[in-house]
Amino acid sequence: MSASQEFLKGLYKENPIFRVLLGLCPALATSNSLQNAVGMGAAATFVLFCSNSIVSMIRKGVPNKIRIPIYIVVIATFVTLTDLTMQAFAPALSKSLGVFVPLIVVNCIILGRAEAFAGKNSVLLSMLDGLGMGIGFTFALSLVAIVRELLGTGKLWGIPLFGSGFEPMLILILPPGAFITLGLFIGFFNWLEKKRAQ
Amino acid sequence: MELKELFIIIITAVFINNFVFARFLGTCPYLGVSKKLDSAIGMGMAVIFVLVMASAVTWIAYNVLLQPSTSIFRYIFASHTAPDLTFLRTIVFILVIASLVQFVEMVIQKFSPALYKALGIYLPLITTNCIILAVAILNVSPDPQYNFNFIESITHGFAAGVGFTLALILMAGIRERLELAPIPKPLRGVPIAFIMAGLMAIAFLGFSGLKLR
Repeated sequence: MSASQEFLKGLYKENPIFRVLLGLCPALATSNSLQNAVGMGAAATFVLFCSNSIVSMIRKGVPNKIRIPIYIVVIATFVTLTDLTMQAFAPALSKSLGVFVPLIVVNCIILGRAEAFAGKNSVLLSMLDGLGMGIGFTFALSLVAIVRELLGTGKLWGIPLFGSGFEPMLILILPPGAFITLGLFIGFFNWLEKKRAQ
Repeated sequence: MELKELFIIIITAVFINNFVFARFLGTCPYLGVSKKLDSAIGMGMAVIFVLVMASAVTWIAYNVLLQPSTSIFRYIFASHTAPDLTFLRTIVFILVIASLVQFVEMVIQKFSPALYKALGIYLPLITTNCIILAVAILNVSPDPQYNFNFIESITHGFAAGVGFTLALILMAGIRERLELAPIPKPLRGVPIAFIMAGLMAIAFLGFSGLKLR
């Protein structure tokens, strides 16, 4: 596969949320507003890019038996870095994402890409793979967040778009709305894939 | 130590802020293992067991090694001021949890083959279950809603596990029947499980009106 394909596959064909169904916990929890979704997506993309690069660089020196703990330490280092940077420069975002920033460590996408891709491929390809997957994750998160924020509050990125007559569907920004919106999105992408296959 | 506080922690973690339906933690195993009632119970028991152990061990690790005011390093440095190592929280916790799960697996395998048969296959999955790390982090977070002492942390871990098991069992019961329901093809499998979870979350929203204090 060529380098551009490695980058592009994360966006749609192997989109972590809609197609591979990985990392669903943060997708549900941080999609209640577009700001949270983009913040979470950026944090995860950064961690994914860095961990993929490092894992790929050290892949020949890592003994096969203890590779998973080593990957986890690499990932946890970058998550700590992200967490502290976010606390310092974007305290409001860090507060609203809460426990989900340190929880990027156990996000299955990151360990999944380290194990399935970066441990076997060259540094450049791993970087592109990490970047593509991260952007695909951010894209999926934003799509869910746009629907939830727009219909749930009548705002987008905190800016009111509808007139004062708009009655927000409050349920969409509450926890049930996350499950239902994401469920319908995954169903939609299943349908789309079936249509394309025909 | 008040019993009432512990009771409030349990009710909050099981019903009001159920870890699956209100906080979206542990969704991956929740979708993977909730297809059969038996495996849902097995996974639930394994999670409760590991959560209680992990709450205890991570609380001790945080307070003995990382937190400067209680750290053992106070006795090592002449000035009695320990370095603030709390920024290492995420790394230390994930390593402690991973080794704990590995250790528990070996101990169970050695001493209780029957229990190992029941829980064994679920244990390796638990390391990457976000509930474990989330409970460990919430237990020591400076937020006044948490910031638990040792006994409260263990109670919180236990209650979180019970809430997770409750969600898993409820969902397994429904999914066994969903197999026979006429569902539109694109929605079969994961999408319908999510929509069901959404309906259950609406039911659990009813508990948010409980005033415990």
